[in-house]
Amino acid sequence: MRKPYFLLKTPPTTPEPAEKLAPWAETTVVGKPLPRVDAYERVSGSAVYALDLFLPDMLYAAILRCPHAHAIVKKVDTAAATKMPGVRAVLTDSDTEARIPWYFTEKGPTSRLFDPHCRYEGEEIAAVAAETPHQAADALRAIVVEYEELPFVVDLDSALKPGAPLIHEGGNQVEGTLVYERGDIAKGFADAEAIVERTFRTSCEIHTPMEVHGSVAKWDGNRLTVWDTTQGVFQVQQSLADALRLPLSNVRVIGQYMGGGFGSKLEISKHTVIAAILARKTARPVKLFISREESFLCVGNRPANTMSLKAGVRKDGTLTAMHLINRGAVGAYPGWAGVGSQVADLYTCAHVRVEETCGHINAGQERAFRAPGFPQCSWALEQVMDELAAAIGLDPVEFRLTSIPVVSQRQGGKPYTSTGLRQCLVEGARAFGWDAARGGHRRNGPWLRGAGVAACQWGWPGGPPSTVIVRYFADGSVSLNMGASDIGTGTKTIMAMVVAEELGVALDRIQIEHADTGTTQYATPSGGSKTVPSDSPAVRAAAVAVKRKLLAMGAEQLEAAEDEVVLKAGEILVAGSPDKKVRLAELEGLMNQQVVIGVGHREQNPLDKVTKPFGAQFAEVEVNERTGEVRILRLLGAHDSGRVMNRLTYQNQVFGGMTMGIGFGMTERRVLDRQTGKMVNSNWHDYKIPTAMDVPADLTCVPIDVPDNEFNSTGTKGLGEPATIPTAAAIANAVYAATGIRVTDAPINPTQLASLLADQRKRG
Amino acid sequence: MSTHGDDEKGGVSRRGFLGGVAGFIGVTAVGSTAEATPVPKAEIYEASGLSKLTLQVNGRTHSLLVEPRWTLLYVLRDRLGLTGTKPGCERGECGACTVLFDGVTRYSCMTLALEAEGHEITTIEGIMAGEALGPVQQSFADEDAFQCGYCTPGQIVAVEGLLRQNASPSIDEVREGVSGNLCRCGAYGHIFKAAMRAAAMKQVS
Repeated sequence: MRKPYFLLKTPPTTPEPAEKLAPWAETTVVGKPLPRVDAYERVSGSAVYALDLFLPDMLYAAILRCPHAHAIVKKVDTAAATKMPGVRAVLTDSDTEARIPWYFTEKGPTSRLFDPHCRYEGEEIAAVAAETPHQAADALRAIVVEYEELPFVVDLDSALKPGAPLIHEGGNQVEGTLVYERGDIAKGFADAEAIVERTFRTSCEIHTPMEVHGSVAKWDGNRLTVWDTTQGVFQVQQSLADALRLPLSNVRVIGQYMGGGFGSKLEISKHTVIAAILARKTARPVKLFISREESFLCVGNRPANTMSLKAGVRKDGTLTAMHLINRGAVGAYPGWAGVGSQVADLYTCAHVRVEETCGHINAGQERAFRAPGFPQCSWALEQVMDELAAAIGLDPVEFRLTSIPVVSQRQGGKPYTSTGLRQCLVEGARAFGWDAARGGHRRNGPWLRGAGVAACQWGWPGGPPSTVIVRYFADGSVSLNMGASDIGTGTKTIMAMVVAEELGVALDRIQIEHADTGTTQYATPSGGSKTVPSDSPAVRAAAVAVKRKLLAMGAEQLEAAEDEVVLKAGEILVAGSPDKKVRLAELEGLMNQQVVIGVGHREQNPLDKVTKPFGAQFAEVEVNERTGEVRILRLLGAHDSGRVMNRLTYQNQVFGGMTMGIGFGMTERRVLDRQTGKMVNSNWHDYKIPTAMDVPADLTCVPIDVPDNEFNSTGTKGLGEPATIPTAAAIANAVYAATGIRVTDAPINPTQLASLLADQRKRG
Repeated sequence: MSTHGDDEKGGVSRRGFLGGVAGFIGVTAVGSTAEATPVPKAEIYEASGLSKLTLQVNGRTHSLLVEPRWTLLYVLRDRLGLTGTKPGCERGECGACTVLFDGVTRYSCMTLALEAEGHEITTIEGIMAGEALGPVQQSFADEDAFQCGYCTPGQIVAVEGLLRQNASPSIDEVREGVSGNLCRCGAYGHIFKAAMRAAAMKQVS
């Protein structure tokens, strides 16, 4: 199985573009607050998501999952299920075609599709295809499984102790401890005039996109087509081809509309392969969607972390040393729960040591979740920064401003192509009214008010490979062909705006083909906040290639030199000769060939510099000192993500990121029962994501709109992930400002906070 | 195979339904007869048997055979092809499946198809004017009140239902009006604006 992009060690490439495009000086379309090009489909209900596909003769499939945290399957009896009404196929580990290796480390697979060794509640045991979803569910209940239950462990502390139940041979720790070190922290701490040391914990967070995960699979002979809920059709295509031993040309994956992923749909899940096998077995199309409850167990999560952070500072604000010890549980299969990158990189600090240890527990495997590791790190780092500021009597914004690096210390001291961290803090504070909001404690009955700040950076800049094709039709309308998925961020809209900018074509005259391995060009999955910075330069290069060809045709027709002609408002003009012009619709070359095609590639990233998005967020809260209830009064996000491509979708991303951050900081928490090893809140009633009532009406987005022209030809950096990184920490700092209580364990729920307030009263 | 129950709504009573389908755990699809005493004698339906059903959806009448356990959501999507209504949790937590039931918002995943007989059902497709967007839909498009768009039909129907009850809601009433509709992308901020804009548009038209 191929590795996802974020595990690749060598930077990928596409061919360098034919010319290095100068940055846009002025734009007429890019940057405007424009509604989405696919708004009609999404608000009318006409958009076809994978679940909305009904193929002739289609069957419905469902998966039987292990109800135990740790067990060996001794026997699976499918005799009764096979005879149930409407049942067309039952698949188990005894079917050789289902013996497909799964969950890989560098050394090889650790499991298989229906592995008899079940290492968490939710592991796949069998699958059924039937005429209706109800018949499939009936048949699952008729399968009789004999389990040998094994001792289990669902918390990392216990899992790493000697004698703990072994989840894999060789121990529960994942490949040793990762250590990053620069300078000498002992020296740094000796130089410090104030030191803060605390242990922070974050809870396991589940993605739960509104659309559950699923696939529709259909075979035509030995060619497979899968409609999938994925963030990256090419990633799923490669994994399916590997699993089923098919050439890439025989696997077509389509994912044009998808209902949110946040990382949980970055990689293939077992159900997609199971749907394909069942479809082959029954010679009929198969739809397999998991249930909401299953989505809490087996399609990823943000791991829980325990982070001990010690930091030293001098009275002038110089950070002298930072030492982070992090531990995180990756679940039952290979993964990573590291968090340390911001500690090593966000603020200037000469002496840093980061130690990260990951371990297995009997629970679902972690997956990339919107800025993997970063909100956890912020929770610890930004609260410690708050305490350090207080220790030396500096304002938290002022303190952060003393330590803003212009180079990436983590990446060999290479300079950043751009850093707007200072502007995020300064302009954010001004727009928020920071000084007024910090002015003294304010009380309104039992409600205490306070304001807090947190800053962030994000780790993945994006880059090649990306290839895009733009076709210019004889009537001046355009087709944009790209492989990227629009996972709800507005990708299609932004890419169409780039085409409109270069070719002067109206947005409603651009047809978009995307996210289909059969008909569109290769793109990496939409994740890592890298779709716009990776693919928009390739779109621009393709549109410019079209423009060059049109100009050459015009120059030939007007008998002018190619460098004399320009494209303006649908006409090709010769500079200095107002009479010499031709409308594109009358361009002979275009009429003759009916279409002009431009191919664009993403240029290589600069090798001698580092690119990262930055941000700062501000929160004002009220805390009820009797009940521990927290009201978030307002949130402000100031983000440096390079050029703002669309002011409206940009703001939507910032608000959405902050909303998700409210969930991480305030309510979301996977609860695993230590008595049974099972998740006790695998539903939206008991696992609480933010509702309309939890989000302040007062949300503000302050874009730091400075194009990063050294990074790529559109000047863009990523936004979706940074927007959720510092929110929870900003809220925690606001809660501290209101109450004087440092909440170290996320989420801050009223139960915890009421108990901390009671302790505070007892202490007097 | 059974015919409809004899209560005045012509649907299944909760008690009768639970009697017929052992192990069914959904309990919030409460018909108005559930609290009545004495309990009227209800037909008991076989879970996998088929019953005749006449449904009024978006002004059209559909006659079909359904299993008593089929939800309105399943029938709308998988039998009538009205896929704008989305399943999110199928247990009454997220509101993606919201429809109007005699003009009032209702989770179609928690409504049995048989319960819908005799009621006017309106889905996202039913608030269009032909191919043209309705005012709430247009406001959602203009304000960018969605990201992935999956919860959006439910959000729009929730706002439509709210505005039919309360033509000029306050922002707090809007928040409450869509509080039964989850949006994991977190587009709530823009949804509030879209709802206020739709209210204004409806007042003008």
